[in-house]
Amino acid sequence: MSKLYSGAEIVFKCLEDQNVSHIFGYPGGAVLPIYDELKNFNSVKHILVRHEQGAGHAAEGYARSSGKPGVLLVTSGPGATNAVTALTDAYMDSVPLVCITGQVPTHLIGTDAFQECDTTGITRPCTKHNWLVKDVNDLAEIMHKAFEVATTGRPGPVLVDIPKDIQFQKTKYKNYQKVRKLNGKSHDNFSQKNIDDLIELISKAKKPIFYTGGGVINSGPKASELLRELVYATGFPITSTLQGLGCFPADDNQFLGMLGMHGTYEANNAMYSCDLMINIGARFDDRITGKIDEFSPKSKKVHIDIDPSSINKNVKVDLPIVGDIKSVLTSTLKTLKKSKKNYPKSNKHQISNWWEKIQKWRSKRSLDYIGSEETIKPQYAIERLYELTKDKDTYITTEVGQHQMWAAQHYKFNKPNRWMTSGGLGTMGYGLPAAVGVQIAHPKKLVIDIAGEASVLMTMQEMSTAVQYNLPIKIFILNNEYMGMVRQWQELLHDKNYSESYTAALPDFVKMAEAYGCVGIRAKTPEELDDKIIEMLNTDRPVIFDCLVDKQENCFPMIPSGKPHNQMLLGPKDQKDKKITGKGRTLV
Amino acid sequence: MANSKSAYSIAGKKQKNDTHIIVVWVDNEAGVLARVVGLFSGRGYNIESLAVAEIDQKENISRITIVTTGTPQVIDQIKLQLKKLVPVHKVADFKREDKNVIFKEMALFKFVANNEKLIKAFKACKNYNPVVLDKTKKSKVIQITALRREIDKMSKNLTKFGLVSVSRTGAVAMTRGSDVFK
Repeated sequence: MSKLYSGAEIVFKCLEDQNVSHIFGYPGGAVLPIYDELKNFNSVKHILVRHEQGAGHAAEGYARSSGKPGVLLVTSGPGATNAVTALTDAYMDSVPLVCITGQVPTHLIGTDAFQECDTTGITRPCTKHNWLVKDVNDLAEIMHKAFEVATTGRPGPVLVDIPKDIQFQKTKYKNYQKVRKLNGKSHDNFSQKNIDDLIELISKAKKPIFYTGGGVINSGPKASELLRELVYATGFPITSTLQGLGCFPADDNQFLGMLGMHGTYEANNAMYSCDLMINIGARFDDRITGKIDEFSPKSKKVHIDIDPSSINKNVKVDLPIVGDIKSVLTSTLKTLKKSKKNYPKSNKHQISNWWEKIQKWRSKRSLDYIGSEETIKPQYAIERLYELTKDKDTYITTEVGQHQMWAAQHYKFNKPNRWMTSGGLGTMGYGLPAAVGVQIAHPKKLVIDIAGEASVLMTMQEMSTAVQYNLPIKIFILNNEYMGMVRQWQELLHDKNYSESYTAALPDFVKMAEAYGCVGIRAKTPEELDDKIIEMLNTDRPVIFDCLVDKQENCFPMIPSGKPHNQMLLGPKDQKDKKITGKGRTLV
Repeated sequence: MANSKSAYSIAGKKQKNDTHIIVVWVDNEAGVLARVVGLFSGRGYNIESLAVAEIDQKENISRITIVTTGTPQVIDQIKLQLKKLVPVHKVADFKREDKNVIFKEMALFKFVANNEKLIKAFKACKNYNPVVLDKTKKSKVIQITALRREIDKMSKNLTKFGLVSVSRTGAVAMTRGSDVFK
C-alpha cells in the first residue's frame, strides 16, 4: 500500500513538483496544519510578510521579475480579504499568482464561524479561477490545475481555498503529470494567412508604428529578442505602454518613449497620425487611447494578443491575430525573410518622410523640465538615479502616482522583467513589497523601489520583512509631502482646491529607517544628491532614501481628459516658450 | 464637455442594442452559475432571462440559456469572456430573429374564478399548448409554452378571466433541423 499523506503534506508535495522555491505568507488559525509541515519540506522557503497584501505584491514582484508564478499562503477570513487587493492587481496586470488560503473546517462553512468568509465568492471576480477543496482526494489535482490556469494563456491569479479539516485528512498522492491542453483555454489560433496579411500591411505602410505592451514581457525574454529583430528589420518606430517598458531598449533611436496620458509628444502624435498600428500584447487601455472616437483615426490596426477577449474590446481592429507573441513573431520573421528578402533595404525610403515628421515632434523635447539649483526636481532625481545605476543590472519597482510616471519617463529600461509597476489597478503601496519579492528572486541584484511618500506609507511595514531576510532593497522616496498626482489633478481640474491631498505629520523617514533596523539617508539639495545616491548604492543593507523634492512640480506632458492624442498638454518650459499658449490649460 | 472634470474619457456614441440568446455548456460544479452570472453583473451586461439545468448526467454538463441585450461589441465580449471561464466548454449565440432556432418559454397561470371564466381562460390559451395541471371548483392551474412576448401579452389579457398568479421560466433554445451546435 502506498503511503498516505495529509492534505497539508500534499500542498507541499505539489509545490515541490511545481518547482516552487519561495512562498510568501502569514500564518493564522485556519492554515496552521500547513505551517506545521513547513519544517519537513526544505526546498520550499517561506518568507514571512507583515500584512497579507504585502505577501501578494511580493509574489507579484517575484513573478514579474522571474517569469515564474508567485505563490502566497494566507489564513482564512481577514487573511484572504487582505490579499484581495493584490489578487485584483495581479488580475489587471496579468501576473501569474497562486494564492493558497486556509478556510474554517468544512462542517463550519456557512455558520459565520470565527475568521470565516466566503473566500471563493469574494475572489471570484478577481481571479482567473478559484477552488474550494471539499474532498482531500481532489486536492492534488486542484493544486496542479491551479498552476496550470495561472500560467497558461493570459497569465493571472488563481486561488485555492482549503478548509482546515481537509488539511488534516489523509490520502494517497498521485504523481503529477503535465496535462497538455486545458479545456481549450490556451490560444494559439492564428494562421499563416494572418501572418501574410500582416506582412502585406507592413510592406505597404508609409506611416507605421509598433505599439507594444506587457504581453511581450509575459511571453518570455525570447519574445523581446524577436521583437527587437522585427523592429530593426522593418525600421519602424516603436512606442510602449507602461507595462511593456524594457522589451525594447529605451536608449535606441527607434524607440519613441512611452505613449498614453503621460507619454511623449512624439509617441502620441505618431499614434494619432500613423497609417498602420501594430499592437503587440497591449490592450488599448483608456490611459493609452484617450478619447476613443478620435483614437488614431486614419490607421489600419493590427492587434496581436493571446487573449481573444482583448481584441475589439475597446478599439475595433482590422487584423486580429490571436496567439502567443513569441510564436506570432517567430512566424512573422520567418515569413518576412522568406517572402521579402530585400525588404529591409527597400522600405527605408518609403518611411523616411514619416521619420522626418517624428524627428520634428521629437525636437519638442516633451520630457524636458525647468531645472533648479536650489531644490531637487523629481525628474532630475530619477535621471541621476538612472545615470548612477545604469551599469548595474537594476530592477525597479514603483508605487503609484507622479513618481511612477517620472520613473517611466526618465529611467531607461533596456531589458524585460526589470520594471515592476502597478498599471491596471494603480495600487499605491505596491512597490515596497514588490521589491521584497524581486530581491528574493534575484538575491544578488540591485533592487530599487522608486516611491512617493504617500504610497510607501501604505505598506511600510514590509521594511520589517526586508530587514528580517537581509534583503538590501532601496526605497527611493520622492518626497513632496503631497499625494502628488491627486494634487496635480486638483490644480488642473478643480481650481487648485487641494482637498486632503497634503499629508501633514509625515514621519521622519530617516528615523523610521533606523527604527526598522535599516539605513536612512536624506538628500535635500541637488548638489548633494549624487553623493547620497552613491552612499545608498554602497550600502549592503535595506535603505530608505528620503529625497526632498520640489513640492509643486507637475508631471508633463499629459493628455487632458476627453482629448485625443494630438492635443497634448506640454510642460511649463514649453508653455513659457509660448509654443503652446494658455489655451492648453483652458482645454482641460 | 471641454470642461470635463474627470480623469476619465467621456462616453462615446451609443450604439443600437440587439437581443441575443446565449447558450453556454458548463461543468455542473459548485459556483459555476455564480461565475457566469457574476461575469454579467460585474461587467454591466444585461440578463433578461436565465434558464439552467443539467443536461448530461454522465459528463456532468449543464446548459445555461441566457437572453441578453447589447451592442454587437458587447455581445462579442460576452461570448469571448464566457469562453475564458475554466468550467465553460462551448458558447453559442443566436439572434432572437433567427428563423433557424426555436425559442420557448413555459408559464404556469393560476386562475381563481367561476366556471364560465375558467373555461374562457382555457380557450384563450389554446394556441399555446395549454395543459391543465390542477383543477378545483373555483380554480385552475394551466401550463402554456410560448414565446416571451406571447406570454407577456397573455398575462396581461387573462386578468379578466381571474388570473391571480403567474410563474414562468427563462427561454430555452434549440436549432431546427439535424444540425447540432459544436
